[in-house]
Amino acid sequence: MNLLEAHEQRVAPEEHPIAPYIRMDRMPHIWCPTCGLGTVVKCYVSALEEENVNLDKVAIVSGIGCTGRAAGYVKLDAFHTTHGRAIPFATGLKLGRPELNVCVFSGDGDLSGIGGNHLIHAARRNIDIMCVLVNNFIYGMTGGQNAPTTPLTARTSTMSFGNFERPFNLPHLVASCGATYVARWTCLDIRRLTTAFREAIRRRGFRFIEVIAPCSTLYARLNKLGTGYDLMKSYHQKAEIRHGADTRDLAIGYQDTIICGKFIDEERPTFLDMMHDHYRKVLGDRYVPMSPEGGHIREED
Amino acid sequence: MKAEPAGVLTGAHYLDGDFACGEGALAAGCRFVAGYPITPSTEVVERISRRFPFMGGTFIQMEDELASMAAVVGASWTGTKSMTVTSGPGFSLMMENLGLAAMMEIPCVLVNVQRAGPSTGLPTMVGQADMMQARWGSHGDYEVIAICPQSPQEAFDFTIDAFNLSETYRTPVLVMLDECVGHMTEKVIIPPAEQIEVVPRRLTKDPPGTYLPYRPKNGNGIPDFARAGDGYRFHTTGLTHDERGYPDMTVARQEICVRRLLDKIRNNAERIVRFEEEAVRGAEVVVLAYGISARVARMGIEMARRNGVKVGFIRLIIAWPFPEKRIRELAGEIKAFVVPEINYGQMVLEVERCAAGKAKTVLVPHAGGGVHDPETIVAAIMEAAK
Repeated sequence: MNLLEAHEQRVAPEEHPIAPYIRMDRMPHIWCPTCGLGTVVKCYVSALEEENVNLDKVAIVSGIGCTGRAAGYVKLDAFHTTHGRAIPFATGLKLGRPELNVCVFSGDGDLSGIGGNHLIHAARRNIDIMCVLVNNFIYGMTGGQNAPTTPLTARTSTMSFGNFERPFNLPHLVASCGATYVARWTCLDIRRLTTAFREAIRRRGFRFIEVIAPCSTLYARLNKLGTGYDLMKSYHQKAEIRHGADTRDLAIGYQDTIICGKFIDEERPTFLDMMHDHYRKVLGDRYVPMSPEGGHIREED
Repeated sequence: MKAEPAGVLTGAHYLDGDFACGEGALAAGCRFVAGYPITPSTEVVERISRRFPFMGGTFIQMEDELASMAAVVGASWTGTKSMTVTSGPGFSLMMENLGLAAMMEIPCVLVNVQRAGPSTGLPTMVGQADMMQARWGSHGDYEVIAICPQSPQEAFDFTIDAFNLSETYRTPVLVMLDECVGHMTEKVIIPPAEQIEVVPRRLTKDPPGTYLPYRPKNGNGIPDFARAGDGYRFHTTGLTHDERGYPDMTVARQEICVRRLLDKIRNNAERIVRFEEEAVRGAEVVVLAYGISARVARMGIEMARRNGVKVGFIRLIIAWPFPEKRIRELAGEIKAFVVPEINYGQMVLEVERCAAGKAKTVLVPHAGGGVHDPETIVAAIMEAAK
């Protein structure tokens, strides 16, 4: 009996409530026990379900890394792209077929390290995509190297004596670039995180949700923080809800307070709104916008 | 199908190669372009960005060329024909997602208006030294199609061909312009829309549920397409994948996956290759050139013929795949190939490989920034004919 058969035998009698949204033929997933990613995916698909979204029009885009595998497990039009390029890829999807609801789902290294330039420009342009960034403070898939989010003094496999680089304060970064919805939760805040996803799904513009998730295999081990469970417990204890907090105060220190909440929730015209409004103003009736169905030119029947 | 009239600027125009390339894209049905400014290619997107608002197209200037190419791959997944345009340094950055387009089998067009390199090189001056990068630039094994216009008229015509080839073979196609052709202004005839043949995206007829995104059904190794947002809920990845588009990290799958990517071009290479030949029968020397160098070479050929040498000419239109078969045949019949190109030896390596010692292969190099002095080509022909 192979792993998959063993797994199916275990779960077959009772289907998981989100099974219809998951590519069960790809289970078991690659994530480690006590990794927070499964929970984040669960919250996301629950939000889609609760919001009654037309799933045919939802596209999920991931980059590379542990979180980068998320797209592959969700039963949607799913794109597992290149490292760091999930956001520009998603931008193309959205502009190529504006009716799509596009969600970028990737990790801290992917989106804010190698993809940092795309992150700030998508926020600046207010591209109408929802961006879920799962932050585990480390490069997981490649073996625990230093990330742009690693808290000062935390040990990583490339900073064996502790990190001395200042990390990003991601909510502040994207808020200052123009993101219209900015929130942070830990992956233990199931209900609050699901609510944030539901809200973000309803909003338009560049919506950014940072989810703090434990990496037991590397972050906990390299820093002698105990098991994944211990790490989760510590995040739970250190999380403090402060809605509307000044984003300048959201930096995360090593094993320090993690301020959670919704920090920005504004409406601002998206890139496409701005483009359409501008061209209508200057070109009048001569302006032909792309159809919501996209610029695909069909063969006449 | 015929071109959509909205994108076709029918008439006789006086256009430079960059503008003509842009018009070719519009006529071909391109409705999404992402780009980043770089000399000497920028005029292509300047033209398109001015014309798109009148025909339902969207242009976005991205933050860099990595993003531009990624956006093009994303947009093409919606069925919207998509293109990006760049030059040397940007071409290097685009290699990352060119590989993704090849792996995901995404039709798209990448225009490179070649300037002299390496690195920043001569930004405003001509080069042809990206020809091997066009073939091998992204990591791993894959095949591309690359087409080389020699005039603004061809910049228009061949950009349409590039889109059509990319749709036919589900693969990225490179338009390898050069600065001279890009910035040269000549008469360009744009025919009426009903005279322009365009290849539409070949959408699957399978219903969702039975459709497999990477299962070829038509015997030529090219799977039918499902657009994002049509309810197929497919999965695609840059990882080695099976017919479902699911990652499969095995040696056996790698063989199947890579072989099909290669074979869909290699098995059709004789159909895809395109070149013009002139006076090769009975020739002692055959000159092989492409792009602006083909036009310069013509003058050298005329001069050499006046000196009594029997000179034939092969102009490469499609550089990749390379016309191996024809070069092998000719190698047995002539003394030498002479290859003038604005680099220090790129396509000449292919000629040499195919000539396989049966004919001499002579490079007429030029480091870039200008075109050859026809005298250097004549001298090479005379020497080769000895």
